[in-house]
Order: sequence, then C-alpha cells, then structure tokens
Amino acid sequence: MDWSFITRYSPLYVKAAVLTLTIGAVGIVLAAVVGLLCAFAKYYRVPVLRQIAAAYTELSRNTPLIVQLFFLYFGLPKAGIVLSSEACGIIGLAFLGGSYMSESFLSGLESVKKGQIESAESLGLNGRQVMRYVVFPQAAAVSLPAVGANVIFLLKETSVFSAVSLADLMYVAKDLIGMYYNTEEALTMLVIAYLIIILPVSLIFSFAERRMRRAGV
Amino acid sequence: MQGYEVLFQGNNFLRLLGGLWVTIRISLISIALSLVLGIFLGAAMRMKNKAVRAVCRSYLEFVRIMPQLVLLFIVFFGIVKATGLNLSGEVSAVIVFTVWGTAETGDLVRGAFDSVPKHQYESAQALGLDRFGVYRYVILPQAVRILIPNLINLSTRMIKTTAFVSLIGVTEVLKVGKQIIDANRYDAPDAALWVYGAIFFMYFIICFPLSLFSRKLAKKYKQN
Repeated sequence: MDWSFITRYSPLYVKAAVLTLTIGAVGIVLAAVVGLLCAFAKYYRVPVLRQIAAAYTELSRNTPLIVQLFFLYFGLPKAGIVLSSEACGIIGLAFLGGSYMSESFLSGLESVKKGQIESAESLGLNGRQVMRYVVFPQAAAVSLPAVGANVIFLLKETSVFSAVSLADLMYVAKDLIGMYYNTEEALTMLVIAYLIIILPVSLIFSFAERRMRRAGV
Repeated sequence: MQGYEVLFQGNNFLRLLGGLWVTIRISLISIALSLVLGIFLGAAMRMKNKAVRAVCRSYLEFVRIMPQLVLLFIVFFGIVKATGLNLSGEVSAVIVFTVWGTAETGDLVRGAFDSVPKHQYESAQALGLDRFGVYRYVILPQAVRILIPNLINLSTRMIKTTAFVSLIGVTEVLKVGKQIIDANRYDAPDAALWVYGAIFFMYFIICFPLSLFSRKLAKKYKQN
C-alpha cells in the first residue's frame, strides 16, 4: 500500500463524496416528497391522480436507474430539454426513489387500524386532524424501517452517476486506476468512502427502529 | 430520417435485443448460482454456532452496504491486478452478482424458515415425524410460500442491476444503443431519444410481469 498516494489523492475523494452526498440528499428528499404525494393519492383514492401514481410507480420500479439517466441525459436533449449532469442525477434519483418511498408510506398508512380512525372521528376530529394527529404519527413509525432501507438503496444507486459524467466517487477511482494503476489504493479508498457515507445511515436507522419497537409501535 | 425509424432500420432492433440478452444472461446465471449457494448460506445463518452466524452476518452486511458497482470495480480492476487473472467483464459481473445474490438469497431463506412458527416444528415432531419428515412435509411447504414471491422480486432487482455492466465495458444493450445512435448521427440526429426510450421500455416489459406475478403469488399465499 502506497500511503503517500493515499494522502495525495484523498482530497479528490472528499470532494467527490461531498458531490455524491449533496446530489444524493437533494434527490432523496425529493423522492420522499414525490412518494408522500403518491401515497396520499392512493390512500385517499383520489380519482385520476391515483391512476397516474400507480402507473408512475410501476414504470419507475421496473426500470434501472442507469437507463433512466441515459434517457434524461442523452435522450431528452433531442426533444429540446437539456439538463445538466447534476439535474439529471437529482431527477433520476427522485424518479426512481419516489415509487419506493410511496410504497413504504402507503403500507404505513394502511397499517393504521380502522378503529383508530373511527375513534378519532367520534372524538370530533375532522379529516385533516385525523390524519395529522392520529394516522400520520402511527404510519410514520411503521414505515420507518422501509424508508431507511430505501435511503440506503438510493445512496448506493448514486454510484452510477459517473455514467452521466458526474465526477463522483466511482469516477475518481476509475480515473486514478486509469492514470496511475494504483489499483489497490484507489479501490481501498473507494470502499472506505462508501463505508463512511452509508454505515452511519444504516446504524442511525436501525437505532431508530429499535427505539420505535421498544416504544411499542 | 425520423428518430424512431432508426429502431427498425436493418437489424438494429435485433441488435438491441441481443444486447439485452447479454445482461439477461448474466442475471440468469447469477440468479441460478445464487439460489443454490443461498440455500446453503440460509442454512448456515440458522445454525446455533455463534461464530458461523457472525461470519455470515458480516458478509451479508458488507455486501448490502457496498454499492454493487463498487464490488464490480473490486473484482474487475482489483482481482485482475492482484492475481494476474484476466477476467472478462461478463465473468466479473457473474462473480459479483453471485456474491451479492447469494447474500440476499441466504437472508430470504433464513427469513422464510424463521417465519414458520415454532409450534409447527414441535407439532410435527409430536406426530412422530423424523427430522427429514418435519422439514419435507411441514416446514418446507410453508417456507416456500413466503420465499418464492421474495425470490422473484430479488430476480427483478438483479436484472435491473445488471444494467451497470456497461460501466465496465461489457457490450450490452446501452452500449449497442450508443453504437446505433453514433452510426446514425447525421441521418437521424434525434435517435438517442428513441433508442434510450426503447431500452427503457424493454426493461419495463421484462420486469413488470415478474413484479405482477410475485405480487399475485404473495396475495394468493396470504389468503390461504
């Protein structure tokens, strides 16, 4: 192991990790928003919107992110829609993640027993209050483990961003291997970088899940 | 020429399907290998020996945390340099997807057997069945019902993930698509939209029926 190589080039990894994390965070937050909207459309059985949400879910769940990115980055400009690499990464992640998030949120919402809603209504709460104070808090707790799994899945999926020429971790590693042939060092740093990014997220979610379970949710 | 005409010009469409077959073949081989190895891993994960369980657990967690593309880089660039073996992109991909698939299958197998309530084991024993009989007639039929829909889901995940192999230089459907687009750069400048759109729907047409089927099975088994 060539340590001077590692110290010389680790700033490149830090920069790439920051880029991955920024785009990943924005994409995942957007995915959660899209997922929540779709879950509500399905939960309240809103006509039209519900069918759109269902069709979108199937399209997004049954296609690979890299193909979605290629379509966004290389295909859409031919239809006059030019997106930057960063925008493609964010939109692709939100498009892919939205469906996974909507499934997780929906199963959380549906897990709340009818008796809970009826009791809340008999206490005089209106529809919005029932959701705000009774259904949503319980649903959020139930869907937490699935949402955590989605966040980790989406963070892992960011590794294909180099396909649309984003200078992410994979890109840096491939570049260093190509230029200097310091394969061991480049790959070791790559593995460590992903461990540093994903391991804490994984630990936080499993901690939260244990807390929830102990609280009896 | 219009972009969509490129799709059906000459044998372009067949070439795209051929490219798709490259990734499907990688997935099918990996799925088959993962299934066999995953059953053993699942059995190992249910053993009482703590050391065995710890090893299996760390293997599963490492594979789950690392993006598959990182594993692909480790095998394709790392192993090749460390051992001098000249692995093609396809062979590297089969190795990586088997390593990943085995971990996931093992966990599904473990989960399926764990989900059969303990009293089922005890009742079967009380009826005088031997160890083989308990598994063959009582536990296995129940575990398989939970396992099969999950395994189909895992297969669609693997098919989708094998699309990564274009990034280590395997000529699969995205690469073939790019070749077709480049060859028609001047005749049909908007070919990219249609070619990548077509590839998008090709994956959808493969994965969507599988998802539907697994959902249907899961529902059917739940009712019984």
